[in-house]
Amino acid sequence: MTRKELQTLTAIEDDALFTFAQYDPEAAEKTGYSDYSYWKSTFRIFFKNKTALLLLAIMVLLVVFTVIQPYLPNQKDPTKIHIDPATGHQLRNHPPSKEFWFGTNVIGQDLWARIWSGTRTSLLIAIIVGIWEVVFGIFIGALWGYVRQLDALITEIYNVINNIPNTILLTLLAYIMRPSFKTMVIAMCLTGWLGMARFVRNQIVIIRDREYNLASRCLGTPTWRIITKNVLPYLVSVIVMRIALSIPGTIGWEVFLTYIGLGLPIETPSLGNLLNEGRRVMMSSHLRYQLIFPAVVLSIITVSFYVLGNAFADAADPRNHY
Amino acid sequence: MLKYSIKRILQSIVTVFIVITVVFLLMRLLPVEGYYGERADKLTDAQKEAILRKHGLLDPWYVQLKNFYSSLFKGDLGNSIIYRRDVPVVDILKPKIPYSFGFGIASLILSLIIGLSMGIHMAREKGGFWDNVWSAFVVFINAVPAAVYLLFIQMYVTSITKLPILFTKGNFVSYILPTVSMSLGGAAGYAMWMRRYMVDELNKDYIKLARAKGMPNKDIMVSHVMRNAFVPMAQYLPSSVLLTISGSIYIESLYSIPGMGGLLVDVIQRQDNTLVQALVLIYSVLGIFGLFLGDILMAVFDPRIRLEKEGGAR
Repeated sequence: MTRKELQTLTAIEDDALFTFAQYDPEAAEKTGYSDYSYWKSTFRIFFKNKTALLLLAIMVLLVVFTVIQPYLPNQKDPTKIHIDPATGHQLRNHPPSKEFWFGTNVIGQDLWARIWSGTRTSLLIAIIVGIWEVVFGIFIGALWGYVRQLDALITEIYNVINNIPNTILLTLLAYIMRPSFKTMVIAMCLTGWLGMARFVRNQIVIIRDREYNLASRCLGTPTWRIITKNVLPYLVSVIVMRIALSIPGTIGWEVFLTYIGLGLPIETPSLGNLLNEGRRVMMSSHLRYQLIFPAVVLSIITVSFYVLGNAFADAADPRNHY
Repeated sequence: MLKYSIKRILQSIVTVFIVITVVFLLMRLLPVEGYYGERADKLTDAQKEAILRKHGLLDPWYVQLKNFYSSLFKGDLGNSIIYRRDVPVVDILKPKIPYSFGFGIASLILSLIIGLSMGIHMAREKGGFWDNVWSAFVVFINAVPAAVYLLFIQMYVTSITKLPILFTKGNFVSYILPTVSMSLGGAAGYAMWMRRYMVDELNKDYIKLARAKGMPNKDIMVSHVMRNAFVPMAQYLPSSVLLTISGSIYIESLYSIPGMGGLLVDVIQRQDNTLVQALVLIYSVLGIFGLFLGDILMAVFDPRIRLEKEGGAR
């Protein structure tokens, strides 16, 4: 305030400013009231991020399109081998054209149909495994991190499952039941939660003995309430980030399993199968489209989840709320 | 801490035995056809039985398990069955381990240097130009499958820089590309998490207080933000260091490095039981020990962390 303003203020002789206020219970109530809601504010900040909104829209479009694609007119069967009418042979490595939008692969299957069918398969696996990972992984991780009596037991379980090679489990499952979508999901669910559990556990070990948790314990707050009200809300931003990475991570894992020969059978198109087929022919530059198209779809999914995760993690910090 | 460590180590020994027993039994559940090798159809039934008898696979499982443990306690890991027939497992692994370990450690150090400094830079310039540039790198590495970008690096970078396309022992120039390309994935991961943890930490009230009282920005970064941000990453560090000996399946096959990468997958698929058991033993000891060391390291970095139960802790 400048000197002049001060002078004008003192110049005003307003007696109303110097009378005692009456006690008003309603006004007293108002000061204690706040319509702040954590998740509402988080989403409000999140939806202000234009890049995140754009990527969210792209993701939604991609998911919706993979679901409705087979019902659109003029779609080809992803496993049908097309025959060249002129020669009577398989239509091998047909470059992208009006008939085959993304071309055909080495045995003459339509790549456009295969990519969407593969994206559908891979996304479905990733979503099932991702949800399982989030629910079970966070649950176990929270108990492992916070409850010391369970530390030895869960460490034991983690170490045993983590150190049995995945390859043995997958080979055995493939031997017991034919390798399929189901065996893949089961095998990935068996071990997929381990990473999330360890991650959440580490985070909780760091903050479990902070003063506010100590205070809650002294007041006799039950363990479950401390975990859900004190510990997990504190970790929302890093856990959201980890969740966002788990879906592309699962797809990448499927690609890796296909690479070592334990992926889905060839008849079931998936991003792992498509990338692996594409990788085999990538040395010849005119066939590289077979690698580029599935890689682009995978990149869109990964980039979207990464940026969305980061934006949401930023929005989840209550210090950024106002 | 000492009492806790002793308890953990004793528990770890039990865990290792459980793991190798379970793996031993799981391997015995696989079909016996795998043991006949490539020429299975040309063998007579008598020959097939002779093969199984030779490897002791016709005994009941508990006898096999007993034999396995009695030779293990004598320090004998056995001979390879299929991978390199009748060669002692130790002789197969001994020359391979230094390659994987050397490349692993070099690329781990490189990825820590690149990743952490990138993450710190991103956090300091959050929302700015460099944040976007490094984010683009991190997103790119995460988005393109490793099998693909590693192959592209080998194809194009070798032709541009004239670096050798394959690994040759003793030729140090040929070590550069495998190490660098192996460190990219790790660097992206470290950068991403370092940024996240630092951004979260920078927002805290005590940092605002430190700023308000005029503490130099550099001191705030080094002694408060970075130290707190590194704690959750410290937990993974020992496991990463120890498990570098498992090698990288992509890199070692691309540059033809005779290391451990993919060996476990290979011998499981070929059902070379003795080699599988030896590898599982090594990896599980290192993995379990790595988890334990990670907990200790975390407690060292952040003295507020108490591992053992004391007072009214739950």
